[in-house]
Order: sequence, then structure tokens, then C-alpha cells
Amino acid sequence: MDVGYPVLTCLIFFPLAAAAGLFLIRGEAVVRGYTMAVSIFELILAVPLIWFKLDSQFQFVERVSWVPQWGLEYYLGVDGISILMVMLTLVILPLCVMCSWTYISKRVKEFHFCLLFMTAACVGVFTALDLVLFYVFWEAMLIPMYLLIAVWGGDERRYASIKFFLYTLAGSTLLLVAIVAFRIAGGTFSIPELMQQSFSFRFQFWAFLAMALAFAIKVPMFPFHTWLPAAHVQAPSAGSVILAAVLLKMGTYGFLRFCLPLTPAASQYFAPMMIAISIVSILYGGWVALGQEDIKKLVAYSSVAHMGFVTLGIFLFTLRGVEGALFQMLNHGIVTGALFMMVGCVYERSHSREIKNNMGMGKYLPAFMGFWGLFALSSFGFPGTNSFVGEILVFVATFEVNAWLGAFLVPGALLAAAYMFRVSMKMAWGEPSAAKNWKDLNSREWAYCVVPAVFVLVIGLAPGYVFKMIDPSIDKLLADFKGRSQVQRVETETPMRTAALDLFAGDASAKN
Amino acid sequence: MNFNPALIVPELYQFLLIMALFVQSLGSREWQPHTERWMPIFAGLGFMVSMVSFGSEGLMFWGAYKVDLISQFFKVAVAGGFFVAVVNASRQPSLAEAKRADYYMFLALSAWGLMLLSSAVELITIYVALELSSYSLYAVIPLRSKDKGAAEAALKYILFGAMATAVALYGFSYILASQHTTYVAELAAKSWAWADSPLAVVGLSMFLAGMFYKLALFPFHFWCPDVYQGASNETAAYVATLPKLGAVVVLVRLAALLKPGLEVTTILAVLGAVSMTYGNLAALAQKDVKRLLGFSSVAHAGYVMVGLVAGTAMGLAAAAFYSMAYVVMNLLCFWVLGRVGSDGRNISLDDLKGLHKKAPGLALSLAVGAFALVGLPPTVGFIGKFFLITAAWNHGYNWLVITLAVNSAIAIFYYLSLVRYAYAEEGEASNAVVPDNSMFSVAGAGILAALVLVLGLIPAPIFDFAVQAGKILLP
Repeated sequence: MDVGYPVLTCLIFFPLAAAAGLFLIRGEAVVRGYTMAVSIFELILAVPLIWFKLDSQFQFVERVSWVPQWGLEYYLGVDGISILMVMLTLVILPLCVMCSWTYISKRVKEFHFCLLFMTAACVGVFTALDLVLFYVFWEAMLIPMYLLIAVWGGDERRYASIKFFLYTLAGSTLLLVAIVAFRIAGGTFSIPELMQQSFSFRFQFWAFLAMALAFAIKVPMFPFHTWLPAAHVQAPSAGSVILAAVLLKMGTYGFLRFCLPLTPAASQYFAPMMIAISIVSILYGGWVALGQEDIKKLVAYSSVAHMGFVTLGIFLFTLRGVEGALFQMLNHGIVTGALFMMVGCVYERSHSREIKNNMGMGKYLPAFMGFWGLFALSSFGFPGTNSFVGEILVFVATFEVNAWLGAFLVPGALLAAAYMFRVSMKMAWGEPSAAKNWKDLNSREWAYCVVPAVFVLVIGLAPGYVFKMIDPSIDKLLADFKGRSQVQRVETETPMRTAALDLFAGDASAKN
Repeated sequence: MNFNPALIVPELYQFLLIMALFVQSLGSREWQPHTERWMPIFAGLGFMVSMVSFGSEGLMFWGAYKVDLISQFFKVAVAGGFFVAVVNASRQPSLAEAKRADYYMFLALSAWGLMLLSSAVELITIYVALELSSYSLYAVIPLRSKDKGAAEAALKYILFGAMATAVALYGFSYILASQHTTYVAELAAKSWAWADSPLAVVGLSMFLAGMFYKLALFPFHFWCPDVYQGASNETAAYVATLPKLGAVVVLVRLAALLKPGLEVTTILAVLGAVSMTYGNLAALAQKDVKRLLGFSSVAHAGYVMVGLVAGTAMGLAAAAFYSMAYVVMNLLCFWVLGRVGSDGRNISLDDLKGLHKKAPGLALSLAVGAFALVGLPPTVGFIGKFFLITAAWNHGYNWLVITLAVNSAIAIFYYLSLVRYAYAEEGEASNAVVPDNSMFSVAGAGILAALVLVLGLIPAPIFDFAVQAGKILLP
């Protein structure tokens, strides 16, 4: 589909150019209006994505040589796995601008600069088809996110922002080595071309570990999750929204885009471990969320649990599982993003994120509680909402694989209902502290609540179109995966030892 | 004597510049054309001259002096760096008026030594050129008015330098004794395995110590943070950048000897690994920004080793490219430091507080420089590190590559604190610094920052030269 302009490049570079333009204008209101206009225009630029063909090919491909000596390319494209994430990123941007309209009062220009920069980098991550280009965007995104937390965050922002940066950067340093190793072994940085090749099991073993560390920290999976609550609680609303809706998805996107196609045998080998960690994440995240007194922290821990469903679905390697995972990624982005916006919204009234200071709003802020109720129901997968679709698919897939495994998920789902009901009940009907004097949602707040609410219901009630978009790509992914992981099931003898020997002997025979 | 002046135009130009400065420094005090005014123009011209003579090739002085792509690449880098250093020093508050001509003369002399060094392909020539560049610096470092720390720094630099020189000369005698030649080309044909010529291996290792001292590689780095701290900001900017180019060019030339797997190569790899880890860990605790950058130099010296031990043309190209990237990034950071401490003081992290408000341009440039030093895309620091990793992977030192990658994670903390203090920390420093917000200061920082970004986004043209140069040495 040719629309006369390079769609993906425009989606990446228009926000950057617009961000540079911010330095030319003055006045806070103008800056906000300008960024809002930019974000709407960005959506308009994305309109051609609607003509996405429903098959498994990479579309809207752009490919230009970048550093020929090393075979680096500027190589973009989307398929069924990434297009939803791109759309999610673009839809989130105007919501972020709206929810920081009054929330952010200092250094407004820099704030919006960071938002736009962030959007560009996120779109880049989801569309890059060259490993190094991917890494460039992946790292570039850290800087604006760090600044969002460090400058506009809460009281503990220094700690939270550094923790965020250190965790994510430490995870991704070895990703770069893995990328280079792929190039040496496979002769190219192009992801679609690497997907056609098979690598020795020893190579896959280490490559998987290096990549999985980076992605697991980003998701975040259980032992590496501690940066998330800190970052979420301290970040301003818009920062939390981007963090929850887009950044966390990059980890699971990485698993789908890199680990499964490039290192299928190692993924198979490590699947039991990943499944175990996912289940621990679900149960642990839910359990800890149940005990939180801070609404934002509660939503943050619920993210850990929700993302556990996603990684679980991915590592089941079945159609239902991966479909569910991808659905859950999209839904978690919408719902958790919306919940964070609502927390920000109530924080502007109460100046507290504690549950006990935000009680009894059912009577005084009916619209607010209505939206909150909808998102809360969706959050724990109530039928009719979008999260139900994703969660039930993962459930079904898990029970298909192993009923005992499925049994672990039941308490996870119950916990989700429990913590969401607990906080919603208190917020709606608890003893009001100061809620009597608060105004209900204004029109701007209505606007940014309605958008995700529409998505919640539309995707929940009519998920068919989304399936049509993602299914061809998932089918191809799994077909490739099954075909290639079977071929490789030979070298299972003491992979750890041989791999270690390999590493220290500097053996160049990584390729089969 | 096969001598062709057309080949060494950059060196001759630099020599004339030195002579002019020498004459001025002899002249009477009444007759003083302002050195800091005319010097940047002529240094800029020198940069042009070095660019013009880029393609020339030839061998002179009975094979001791070689003009080829690699020497010209480094001469352009030295001349460019010298130009920036001179512009940077043109507003040096801590330099006495009467000493300006002498100061620039010694800087020019040191840069001249480095130019000679990049063409030297014979051990004695290398040694002489190295000393030429070092001796001039011994004189420059204490030139910081009303500061005893500068004298201390100079003394440390001399003592360490003398020690390293002695070791290098001693090692040189071993090389000569066992290999019977001092020409690098002939040395490359000999065996450097421990089993064949242990004496030569010991000698080479000791000779390399002289380079390690210049490069501030562990364990020859002790002078580095002290000298940066003691010398004035502008002098530190020079000491931190250009001499490293000289050391790298010699190491690149000697890399023909250092085949992967040889004992001496492994020593280099181990020192590289220790250097980056030690440098980064020590930098974590620093409060003075120049000391911090000093330890960061130690770490970066280790990074360069990754390219050198790979034993391929790509590896040498990556090392050459990274050393150039390092120079640009450090010139940027020191430029900002010099302008923030506009009265010539040392800048501590606390002094950077609120910089984004007081000097937004400088703060942004500092952030670019800091993120480049970490190796975050899309800066030249990232692409340089990426070249290093790609060149070195699967050439026998994978553990070194992984050490390099892990070190980025350690390093982020202190580089990030530069950005954090400049952007996120509230409050004012007690004795508030007054950053220089003039056009000169912001434009200079902006140009250097743009260079860091542009070289990161479009590295191919420069890297092409580096690759061609590397292929000459290791076809």
C-alpha cells in the first residue's frame, strides 16, 4: 500500500521534529496546545495503518543502508504482532498530554519534549527490523523516561529514577553483545533474515539468556520487578501511563519478536523456567497488591501479575496462548494506563495516593467512580470487558497444556478480583474524608476517560477484528517455531558446561 | 636521505606555528599581539592543512617515518583536537597574561610531537616523538595561577612519566637485544611467542608501559585523576584527550605484533579488563567532576584495548574510531566544565545543580556528552562501542567483550549523576558558580554536541577511512 509518504519514518521523526519545535514557542498554554495538536496530527499520520493487509508479511517496509561497513540498515516494518503496539503508543500520547494538563506545572516545555521524544523512541522500538536499530531506540527511550521520573516525580524520585535506569540499562548491556553475536553467527542484523537461519543449541542457549535478561527486567518478571513499583509510584501520571502502557510491553514484545523466532530451541529448553517465573509473578504480584495502602502501588503490583499472564501465554507456545498474550498486552496497556490516569486525576484533588485519603467518592464523584469501576472490572478480567478475552485465552491454553499448571492460575485470578474489589469498594463507599468538596470530572477528564473506556468495551464485546490482525502473524511465528525447535532437539547434553567452555575458548563455530 | 617536504606539510605548518610562538615569547612585553586571538585562527588553518594532505603516502628518513592513511587519519584528529583545545583555552582565566605565548607554544609543541608520533614506525623515533609530546606537557600543567595543586599535579605527572619512560627504555633494550631491529615492519615478521623469544616478550611488555602511561591504562593510571584535578580546566581538556590519540596510534601500529593468543596480547586484554572495571568503580565515588572524568579516562583506555587485541583490520579501525570518538566526547565535557567554572575553579557535582536553569545550552551539551560517554545511542559513544564489540567478538577474547558490556552498566551511575545534578537536583550550590552564557561558550558546546550526535548517526564516512587505514596494517 503506497500512500505517498513513508508512514513509519514519519511516525518516528515527526514527534522528534515537533519536539525540537517546542523550543521556539513560549507560554505554558501554548506549549500544551501545541503538543496536543502534534499528537492529534501524529494520529492522522498513522491513518494509513488501517490499510494493513491481514497476512503475516512485514508491511510498510522501509529499508535503507545505514553503515554499510557493518551491514547496519535503517529497516522498518510492522506485522500483526507489532502493529497493535504501535497503535497503542500513538493513542496513549494525546491521553498523556491531556492527563498532565494541570498535573504538571513546572518546566512544562521540557516535560512535553520528553513525551514526544518518548513516543518517537517507542514507535521506533516496535517497528525496527534491524537489530541495532532496535537497540538504538530501546536505549534512547531510557533517557526521557528517566527525566520524566527524576524531574517531575514524587518525593522519592531520585531513588526511583536511578533504580529504573540502572535496572533497565544493566539488563540491556548484554543484549548488545547478543545482537553482535547474532551478526557474527548469522551474517546480518536484519531480523526477518535471521529468522530464516538456525543456530547451534549452545549459541541459542547464551543468546536466549542474554536477551531474556533484558526483556525480563523490562516486563518485569518476578525477581527483577522491584524497580517497577518504585518507578510507578514516583512517576507523574503521564509517566506512569507510558511506563505501564508501552514500556512494559517492550519486554514481552522482545520475547515474541526475538526469543521465539531466533532462539527456538533454547526457548523450548527454558520454557519450564519461564512458565514457573510467570506463575510466581502472577501469584506474588496479586498477593502483594492485596496488601497495598497506596493506590498507585497497588496498580503497579497488579501490573506485575498481569504481565505474568502475558509471559505465561508466550511460553506455552500454543496458538491460544500467544493470542491471549498479545491480547493481554494490548488490554493491559489500555486498562492500566487508564487506571493510572484516574489515580492522577484523584491525586489532583486529594494530593494523596493513600487509599484512606481517597474514600467514599461514590456519592460525590459518580462519573469518576463509574469509570474507575469499569476499568477495575476490566482489570481483573470481567466478562464483556477487553481483559477477559486475553485472560480467558491464556487460561484455556494453560489448561490445554497441563491441568495442574492451570490450577495455579485460579488463585491468581481470584487475587486480582480481591485486590481490585477491595480498593474500589473503599474508594466508592468508604468513610469520606474530604471527598465532599471535590468536583466531579471536568470535560477534559471526561475526554481522557472515555477513550480507553470505549476501547475496553469495543474490544471486549467484539474482539474479532483484532484476531484477524494478529492471527496470521502468530500462525507463522508458531509454525516457524515448531519447525525449527524440533530440528534442534539433539544437543541437550550438559549445555551449561559446553557453553561455558565455548565462551572461554572463544570458539567461532556458533553457526550450525 | 629520502626527504620530501610535500608529504609532511601538516608537521611543517605546526613547526612554523611553534617558531612564531617562540619568537613572540622571546619578544618584549610591550610588543604583544594577543596570542589567544590569533592562535585559534591559525590552529584552525592547521586543521585545514592536515585535511588537505590527507591522501599523501610515502616513506622517509630511511624508513623511520611513514606517511600513510593511518598517520594522516590521526594527524587530522590531532590537528582538529588541537584546534578545539586552543579555542577552549582562549578564555582561560587562570593563565597569567605574560605566559600566554609560552603556554600555547608548549601546547603546539606537544601536538607536534603527537603528529610525529603518528608517523613514526621505528622504535627510537616513536620514543623521541613520545617524549617530545610529554615534555611539553610537563611544562604546561603547572601553569595555573595561584594554585599550588597545579604544581603538585605537574610533579606527579613528571615522576610517573619519568618512571614509565625508564621502564619503556629498558624494555626497548631487551627488544633490540633479542630481535636485532627497531623497525616495526621488521619486528612484525619475528615471532613474539613466549616460547620463541621470552626476552623480546618481556621487552615489548615493558616498552608498551610507556604507551600505557600516556593512555592512563591500569596500572599506569595513578597520575590521571590527580593531574586532571590539579591542572586548569583548559589544560586538563588537552591532557585528557590528544595524548591518548598518540598512544593509540602507536598501539595500533604495534598491533601487527600482537596476534590474538600471544602472551603479550593476553596481558593487554587483562589490563584492559582491569582498567575499565577499576576506572568505573573508582569513578563512582568521585565528587570533583574532573576527577570523575579522569577515572572515566582510565575506563575508556580499557575499552580501546578491546579493539586492539582483536588482531583484525576491523579491530584496529574500531580502536582508532573509538579513540577519536573519545576525544570528541571529552572535549565536549571539558568545554562545558571550563565554561561552567568561568572563573577557573574546579567544578564539583554540587556546582552543577540547577545548571539547566542557569545555562540551558551548556546543560544540554553536558547531557549529550555524558550519555555519549556511557555509550547510549544515538551518540558516537554508542556507535564506537558497538564497533569495538562487533570487531572483537569471536576473536578469542569474548570474556573481554562481556566485561566491556557489563562495565557500561556500572558506568551509567556516575555519568547519570552529571545529568542528574544538571537537570533534576533542586537547590543552589552554596558558593554559586556563574556559567559563561556567551555566544562563544554556547555555540562551541553546541557544535561539539552536534558533532557527537552526527558522528553517531552517520559514522560511515569517517569509519571508512579508519577501515582503509586498518587494512594497511593488517591486510
